[in-house]
Amino acid sequence: MPIEGRVWILDDDDINTDVIYPGKYTYEMLSNEDMAKHALEDYDPGFAKTAQKGDMIVAGRNFGCGSSREQAVSTIQFAGVVAVIAASFSRLYYRNAINQALYCIECPEASAFARANKTALHHTNVKLDPEMGTLRIGDKEFSFKPLAGQAAEIFKAGGLAAYTKSKLATR
Amino acid sequence: MGKTMIEKILAKASGRAEVSVGEIVFAKPHMILSHDNSAAILKTFEKMGGKKVWDPERVFIALDHEVPPPDSKKADNHKAIRKFVADNGIKAFYDCGAGICHQVLPEHGHVIPGVVIYGSDSHTTTHGALAAAGIAIGRTETASVWALGETWLRVPESIKIVLEGKLARNVEAKDVILYLIGRLTAEGANYKSIEFHGSAVRGIDVGGRMTLCNMSAEAGCKCAMVPFDERTKKYLAEAGAPKYEALDPDPDAVYEKVYTYDVSTISPMVAKPHNVDNVSPVSELPDLPIDVALLGTCTNGRIEDLEAAARILDGKKIAKGVRLLVYPASRKVLDEAFKRGTARILLNAGAQIGIPACGPCLGAYGGVLATGERAVSTANRNFKGRMGTKEGTEIYLASPVTVAASALAGRIVPAE
Ligand code: SF4
Repeated sequence: MPIEGRVWILDDDDINTDVIYPGKYTYEMLSNEDMAKHALEDYDPGFAKTAQKGDMIVAGRNFGCGSSREQAVSTIQFAGVVAVIAASFSRLYYRNAINQALYCIECPEASAFARANKTALHHTNVKLDPEMGTLRIGDKEFSFKPLAGQAAEIFKAGGLAAYTKSKLATR
Repeated sequence: MGKTMIEKILAKASGRAEVSVGEIVFAKPHMILSHDNSAAILKTFEKMGGKKVWDPERVFIALDHEVPPPDSKKADNHKAIRKFVADNGIKAFYDCGAGICHQVLPEHGHVIPGVVIYGSDSHTTTHGALAAAGIAIGRTETASVWALGETWLRVPESIKIVLEGKLARNVEAKDVILYLIGRLTAEGANYKSIEFHGSAVRGIDVGGRMTLCNMSAEAGCKCAMVPFDERTKKYLAEAGAPKYEALDPDPDAVYEKVYTYDVSTISPMVAKPHNVDNVSPVSELPDLPIDVALLGTCTNGRIEDLEAAARILDGKKIAKGVRLLVYPASRKVLDEAFKRGTARILLNAGAQIGIPACGPCLGAYGGVLATGERAVSTANRNFKGRMGTKEGTEIYLASPVTVAASALAGRIVPAE
């Protein structure tokens, strides 16, 4: 199903897990709302305050590099973000994102285009069809390899925990 | 097109004829490892609706991280794990004192070449020493594998590291991997599969290969492997491993990068605080007095490591004020150390010998540092506070011979 949302263009490579979700919070048991308040705190302190449900992020290369902390995915989800489009992801971030059902779209062309036209495109609406593998930013259409097989199923179930639960229930 | 080790292993583990880089596959493990964290995993497992693990023959649990339990909460965790093990009929359960999970798993024949080993521990890469893909996964994923018997993996790119030449005297596998991490950096192999090739690797025994693969995790890799050879074969026979089929990389396999190094130029190395890739030769260090010398862990707690240290310590006494902590990696290692007289040498030199387990490596018990103290350790991580105390502490990572020589000198020095 296509989704539409407002886009944040984060014009940087190597946005790491520490700036997405600072290490000092990782061993605190915070509620979802409180976790959302720290989303991207050390990258853009204004982000968490103005992010809204359905937002998407466009970034450069190696998004989510650094530690394996699962909270770096959940924090932006709790802040409302449904998809991150980047030139590439750290593999651990990508893995955590699938297991927690956050769309991570690897599309270097879209990333480069959005970053080049940042002023015009920041906070405009983009259209994403994760199943078809298409993405529209401004007046440009991009395509990417959609998730396939069981990774897509994990997604549909709403994440790995829910996926496992439903699989077990049918056994 | 030729295939790398990981491509072949993942094809086999997912029941496919072949797989290529970038594909997502569902791979079944030969074994899945966890340790004291099983207490948390089993709670998630139950929340998922899990009743019995999918295959009690393939679940391996060793208690090692908080052994013997330092407080009642840890003891209660162990109790909950024992009950889970009994309820599920899990056979590969190793209670307190058997040793560190990454040592016990291969030692008891649970690792064979050509398979996937999952582990809820970042140093699961260790098992690549026996030509298996040891892959670390999270706790939620481990619970899911206990329930379903498989999880998804993206087929990673491979990096080929070719090591040629002969190691100089008092230079060990640990120095080689420290040197390599200094070159690769902490993210140099992020999510890639590493293959170790070359004459120097062929000359290193399985124990040293475990050190290489164990510490490769510090360069961010997904797995690190040494192809099967006569040394692997001998180790597997002694460990009583079941039947196996080794999967060699094709000569025309495609690697993302190939690095070649001459190991004969490597001198004793250390990783300085507070990052593992902050590496320099021991000889270039300033004068650094130490409080603690730690010999042990899944990186360097094997009999050959204890023997290498004993060779330096034989007939001598450690410096006044230094605590030399020895944690054999397993009960078998300790047993061997008794038989060979290694334990006697260490004890005479002034070492404190602990129960086979992780010890102060993770800073939870068993000899944590006091404020402002400095340690030289054979472990694999030197992050700030790793040995239990943040304030002013420093951890230097080095080889067993460097740790032994430093314990004698009371400061960090290379062995003569
Ligand atoms: S010895 Fe240290 S690194 Fe190895 S498993 Fe135990 S805590 Fe982890």
